[in-house]
Parts: sequence; structure tokens; C-alpha cells
Amino acid sequence: MVSAVANDDTDDRLRGILRDVLGLSDETVAGLEADTGLFGALPELDSMAVAGLLTEIEDRFDIVIDDDEIDGEILESYGNLLNFVRAKLG
Amino acid sequence: MRALDAAGIDSILPDLPGCNESTQDFAAQSLHSWRQATARVAAHFAATEVLAVRGGALVFPPHLPGHVLEPAKGMAILRQLLRARTIAAREMGQRETMDALLERGRVEGLELAGYRCGAALIAGLEGAVPAIEGQRDIRQADLGGGALWLRAEPGEDPAQAAALARIVAG
Repeated sequence: MVSAVANDDTDDRLRGILRDVLGLSDETVAGLEADTGLFGALPELDSMAVAGLLTEIEDRFDIVIDDDEIDGEILESYGNLLNFVRAKLG
Repeated sequence: MRALDAAGIDSILPDLPGCNESTQDFAAQSLHSWRQATARVAAHFAATEVLAVRGGALVFPPHLPGHVLEPAKGMAILRQLLRARTIAAREMGQRETMDALLERGRVEGLELAGYRCGAALIAGLEGAVPAIEGQRDIRQADLGGGALWLRAEPGEDPAQAAALARIVAG
């Protein structure tokens, strides 16, 4: 497995999704740290935007996210969301 | 549309029944009623070509030549709306599942993103696929930049609009 390379790729792709869905600037996207807050911290991220974000993550990573998997925790910080997507990709 | 006008092409962006300035009841609409309406608009204005964007490809008059931009399946649209509702419910401490909502929506309709969707619309969206009959596909990558329809807040991009108009005016 080339997990190190795949992980870097996941990070870049996830940042790209946040940029496209939330209309964030390249600077903001590049400045996302593992502990950067998302839901509740980014004003762009309301429930409709969360739905759009999760749907786009499903499409671009070809994964399915169940109702039960969505809790406040995965959207608490960028690091949590990235770890969630990486776990889904296996 | 201004870019098309500058290229000497007249265009119309109709309000679907129940939407924007339409006086009809949104709850009474279905994909069928919207398909009838777009066919009538096309006939009324003697349209020679069509451009359908995303879910527009579910209800556009497919007998016209033209283009479709990133056509969306009905279920993909419905899934996003259902998900937004379950997330909003959770914030208010309630619990709803997409499956249960969909089942209820098929029978009695459902309020999604502030729209009162009738049972016919929900049921129609669930199985609807774009009715493309030879219209040319335009992908987001052809326009450059990120997809504006993904944005949580409305945005605009003159460069993308110009690129789209160039393709349509072809």
C-alpha cells in the first residue's frame, strides 16, 4: 500500500471540496490546521452547506456516509473530518 | 444571458410553476407539470436551442438541440435536501432519518429547505434521470474554476459565464 501518498492526496482533495462548496479563498483553505474549527466556527457552514459538503465528499471519494455516522464530532474540526474520510477510505 | 445577447443570441430563463414570480402553488408541482411548462415556453417563444443546468436536465424540452451543464440525477438532489433536513433536525435535538423521511414524503409530501414538496414531486425526483437526447455535455472543467452550484452561498464568476456563453454560441 502507498498509504502515505494516498493520505496526502486525501488532504488535498478534501481541502478542494471545502473551497468549492464554501467558496473559501485559497489562503483560508491552505491555512486549515487539524484543530481549525468547522461547524459553528465557519459562518458559511449551515445545515444546507453541511449537506452539500457531505454529498460532495461522497461523490468525489466514492463513499457512502450513513445518517448514523454524522455527529457533531466529525465536523468539529478539519482534523476530525479528514480522519473520518481517511477511515472511510480504509 | 448578457454574454449571449452580446453574441446576438436571445435567451429566456423561465420561472417554473410555483417558483419565483409564478403565482402557482409550489406544493402542487411535479416533474410532469414542470416538463409541460418548459415545453410550452419553448413553443411560445419558438426556441431553437436549449441549455439545461444541473437538475434542469430533468425537466427541459428534450426535443430541442443544445447543451446540458453537469446534469444531475433526481435522487442526488433529493438526497442532499433530505440530508439538510436531518442535520437541521439534529441541531434541534430531534431525530429523523433519510429513509423514514423519504417514505413519508412519497405518501404525504415533505417540507425540504423551506419548500413544501408534494408527494408527486418527491416520488418523481426519486427515479428521475436527465432526459438527454443528443444535447452536448458541458462539464464544469470546461468552464474553469470551481462549480458555483456547489456553493452554500450564491456566487458569480464573469469568466465562467463568458466561457459558457462561448460554448453555447459555438
